[in-house]
Amino acid sequence: MTRHTVSVLVENKFGVLARIAGLFSARGYNIASLAVSETLDPTVSYMTIVVEVKDEEILEQIKKQLNKLIDVITVTDFTKKQHVDRELVLVKVNFSSKEKAKLESILKKYVAKIIQFEDTTAIVEIIGEQDQIKELLEALHHYGIKELVRTGRIAMAY
Amino acid sequence: MAKMTGAKIFVECLKREGVEIVFGYPGGQVLPIFDQLYEPPFKFILVRHEQGAAHAADGYARATGKAGVCLATSGPGATNLVTGLATAYMDSIPVVAFTGQVKTFLIGNDAFQEADITGITRPITKHNYLVKDVNDLARIIREAFHIATTGRQGPVLVDIPSDIQMQETEFVWPEEVDIKGYKPTYFGHPGQIKKAAALIEQSKKPILFVGGGVITSGAHHELKKLAEKINTPVTWTLMGIGGFPATHELSLGMLGMHGTAYANHAIMDSDLIIAVGARFDDRVTGRIDAFAPAAKVIHIDIDPSSISKNVKVDIPIVGDAKNILGQLLEEIKTAPDTSEWLKTVEGWKKKHPLTYKDDGKIKPQYVIEQLYEVTKGDAIITTEVGQNQMWAAQWYKYDYPRTFLSSGGLGTMGYGFPAAIGAKLGRPDKMVFDIAGDGSIQMNIQELATAVCNKINVKVLILNNGYLGMVRQWQELFYKKRYSQVCLFNPDFVKLAESYGAVGMRVTKKEEVRQALEKAIAIDNTVFIDFVVEPEENVFPMVPAGQAINQMLGGLA
Repeated sequence: MTRHTVSVLVENKFGVLARIAGLFSARGYNIASLAVSETLDPTVSYMTIVVEVKDEEILEQIKKQLNKLIDVITVTDFTKKQHVDRELVLVKVNFSSKEKAKLESILKKYVAKIIQFEDTTAIVEIIGEQDQIKELLEALHHYGIKELVRTGRIAMAY
Repeated sequence: MAKMTGAKIFVECLKREGVEIVFGYPGGQVLPIFDQLYEPPFKFILVRHEQGAAHAADGYARATGKAGVCLATSGPGATNLVTGLATAYMDSIPVVAFTGQVKTFLIGNDAFQEADITGITRPITKHNYLVKDVNDLARIIREAFHIATTGRQGPVLVDIPSDIQMQETEFVWPEEVDIKGYKPTYFGHPGQIKKAAALIEQSKKPILFVGGGVITSGAHHELKKLAEKINTPVTWTLMGIGGFPATHELSLGMLGMHGTAYANHAIMDSDLIIAVGARFDDRVTGRIDAFAPAAKVIHIDIDPSSISKNVKVDIPIVGDAKNILGQLLEEIKTAPDTSEWLKTVEGWKKKHPLTYKDDGKIKPQYVIEQLYEVTKGDAIITTEVGQNQMWAAQWYKYDYPRTFLSSGGLGTMGYGFPAAIGAKLGRPDKMVFDIAGDGSIQMNIQELATAVCNKINVKVLILNNGYLGMVRQWQELFYKKRYSQVCLFNPDFVKLAESYGAVGMRVTKKEEVRQALEKAIAIDNTVFIDFVVEPEENVFPMVPAGQAINQMLGGLA
């Protein structure tokens, strides 16, 4: 299985997300992550979809099927495109104020910071690529991760 | 400008779209629209079940090439359309379906007769709409017809809540349709045309493989010209029947699971497949990794997602079949030398003709042969699904497009009779026959009332073997003759037809078949003929599921 990032420009209407999701579910393809938001043009939305597929042919079929939807305006596959991608993660870790400096020193190497802390927990915000996020989460593991939310990947071509 | 209600706008839009006939059934949430149909500006055909309306609209569309229109109420009315829409979707048929919906403020409340029909039909329509503002209604209807009838055609559903039907607004007819994400490609890429032409010129054993796209695009003249120009034999899918004249010397008939042996041998042995508007369905290719191992593939299709979906394609050409065949005709300078190849193909034709055993009983194949002779090949044939469908595909010779109407992709029993009604209304100049089985006909037999009360002259030929024949055939061949739930108790079809005011006939002797057909044709009414046929006759040849298509069972002389 390989992961691919595909972005889809769609009409900003009710039901469009259901059409896209239905296209994946009808074929038994799993969506690893999905980020949706309005663009500068409020009639248009931008979706970034990360899919896991067995082979390139399935990816081709997914792109063609996406393009076939009437509400889809354009489809971009980042697999062979130079691009940047980011994800934002909020993670709640066990925390004691004595360890604040130590935690901050770990975070320093990343685009990450403590955005809220109480007696026993801290919420850390991380922004980065998948590998960096994975690395930092492993480092934070030792504190005990209580909760984790991620936005899903967004991407932009050069 | 005077204001109009949503219901009036609906009727006005249909008039402007040139709609001649609407098939439908009223109900609570379409009352405002039906009030406008008290004196309809187009023909309205009241069916007896909404599924009949969807299939009749589909039959009308296939016979005429125009969009077929059906109308139903919310909830059960809408869900009864579902099988008909799925049938049209699988075969890329332009049907526009309208449904009533509960009032906008009740949507999602589990209101009486509420169903999320846009949700339900999302995977079986090309597109669908829920109208939430009366100001959008005219535009949406315009878009619905545009989407249904362009690109790879297909059904579109428009769900109209009853309060929208009653609200008033100024009527604005959009002259142009502009949908950002919908711009089908119609002409083939010149570079691809050049490559395809070169490959054709160099081929030694080419074959044209034709699907329903040829019929939709009206490419039959171009196809015939191309086949003759490059001396290439032509085979077709079930959906491609009529796209190339069956009586032409280059014709190989249908291929695939119940195709002719010579068509299957030819495609398996070919070095170049020129696929035109066909999608390499599993019923055609059989075991995919064994399919035509030596052949390069040129695939012409208007839908990019059909290309390289099942079979790896060497030269894809996206666009409309008629345009692309025209482009190829111009580009190809020298015809390949296919004389040896045609001799080989001719050999297969002689060695493995379509055949059945004539033992003095009524064979279903014989009934269809007689029908061909009596009608001189000039009729529209609809079918149900199963053995009747395959025999109708094998034993009638179709020389013209839009004369064979059958549920190919979905395989919907109960399709043929309502489709025949739609076809006859669209083409009143043609004789229309539904070739049916005793099982299938009972799935929409209620449309007898529709046919008789609208004086629709269609003939239903029931090949009555007392079985769900195709399932029985599989049980015979692959389940040790354990005939599980396939033996049918049937009504007296003659009396049944008569009770509706139609004419019923029964034929039990081979000698009476032709006479019965001639008699039925002379009657200006709906006629049911109950042909009591050999009960355990099988459809051959047959490729068992999952086998290579040259591994055929039976029927090989």
